[in-house]
Amino acid sequence: MSFSVDIAKSVGGSRRRFDLHVTFETTARRTVIYGPSGAGKSLTLQAIAGLLAPDRGRIMFAGETLFDREARVNVPARARRFGYLFQDYALFPGLNVRQNVAFGLSSGLRNPPRDATGVAVEHWLDALELREVALQRPGELSGGQRQRVALARALVNDPRALLLDEPFSALDPALRRRTRGELDRLLTRIGIPIVMITHDPEDIDWFGERTLYLREGGIREVDDGGMDGGAAGNKRG
Amino acid sequence: MAAWATGINLVLGTAVGWLLARKAFPGRELVDAILTLPFVLPPTVLGYYLLVLIGRRGWLGGWLHDTFGINLIFTWQGAVIAASLVAFPLVLKAARTAFEAVDPQLEQAARVLGLGEWAVFFRVTVPLAWPGILAGTLLVFARSMGEFGATLMVAGSIPGKTQTLSIAVYEAVQAGQDSIANTLVLITSVTCIIVLLVAGRLSPPGTRR
Repeated sequence: MSFSVDIAKSVGGSRRRFDLHVTFETTARRTVIYGPSGAGKSLTLQAIAGLLAPDRGRIMFAGETLFDREARVNVPARARRFGYLFQDYALFPGLNVRQNVAFGLSSGLRNPPRDATGVAVEHWLDALELREVALQRPGELSGGQRQRVALARALVNDPRALLLDEPFSALDPALRRRTRGELDRLLTRIGIPIVMITHDPEDIDWFGERTLYLREGGIREVDDGGMDGGAAGNKRG
Repeated sequence: MAAWATGINLVLGTAVGWLLARKAFPGRELVDAILTLPFVLPPTVLGYYLLVLIGRRGWLGGWLHDTFGINLIFTWQGAVIAASLVAFPLVLKAARTAFEAVDPQLEQAARVLGLGEWAVFFRVTVPLAWPGILAGTLLVFARSMGEFGATLMVAGSIPGKTQTLSIAVYEAVQAGQDSIANTLVLITSVTCIIVLLVAGRLSPPGTRR
């Protein structure tokens, strides 16, 4: 499983302009993109997920071209089959935990019923200890529970890779520590490749099998961390 | 008649409100301004525009008459069009505000989970914007019930057909039938208060998560 990303994107108007240019290749199972807020980490992750179309460049995953401006290829987000963990989880407020977890299993015009079930739903409710709160809505859950619901929702579709946007920033420090350990064990168990963006150095220690440093819109340096890495370069800031 | 106007506005207002809220296109604010015009124009001016447009000599009305033999002036259908137009800005504003309040990230989340655009709209966007749209729609119902000027211009006042409550009140007073006027005024007032209360309860209490 490998990601190959070479994209450029300009955002903002004439007064305040931000140029992002990110180039990297990774074959690591766990890749962390580290950088301060405003460096363009979120834009990069959104581009990989297909939620944002870059102005130029190419995105490949496991040999498949997901985006190529010149060849006019842009696989829509729904067809990329990635799991995405949003920073504040983006759970559907009107749906209970079961419905949230089962959300991606049907692509019709109706939401899953309150008592939605299925092998995958039951599996992830158990695996992430959500059975007790299965009928509650996101507004009634703690921060840690919300994160686990978001994880279950992302994993229930059996995604090809998991993209994580600052997964621990919404949690208080004590919980953050425990949750890191839990996520680490979970990822080891299911063996799914991840790309995580973060501005917390501690995340690198836990998940940075390979770490890319993003500053002011460009990849500055690359820490191979002993893994076989591809070429990565800084074009401009 | 008010029900028809409400139904038409619910569908059209929702669609246009969504377009204005989510799609950036040139002249978006101009479109919004033009569609809000009926709210500020004197009803008689609006009624005049309608007469010019859908009257038998109007370009749309003439075409309808020649092609289908349909005549809208002095019919309840004409009254529905007049009432719809006058109240349209209410739904439009409510729908646009409601759609803009929906967190785009929730729609993104649904896309990543494999949903197409229609499914995103009906499963995520509409349920979240619904209370606001419904509140606006109730206001339309109240407004249509009381429609006076534009309806009178287009549809006249035919009892049981194109006569709205407010026109009936006007005629009752003119004819010196105070008891009828009293009853009608009371009905209108009570209905409008109920509608406003319900609409207020439905209005979204800020952005919910």
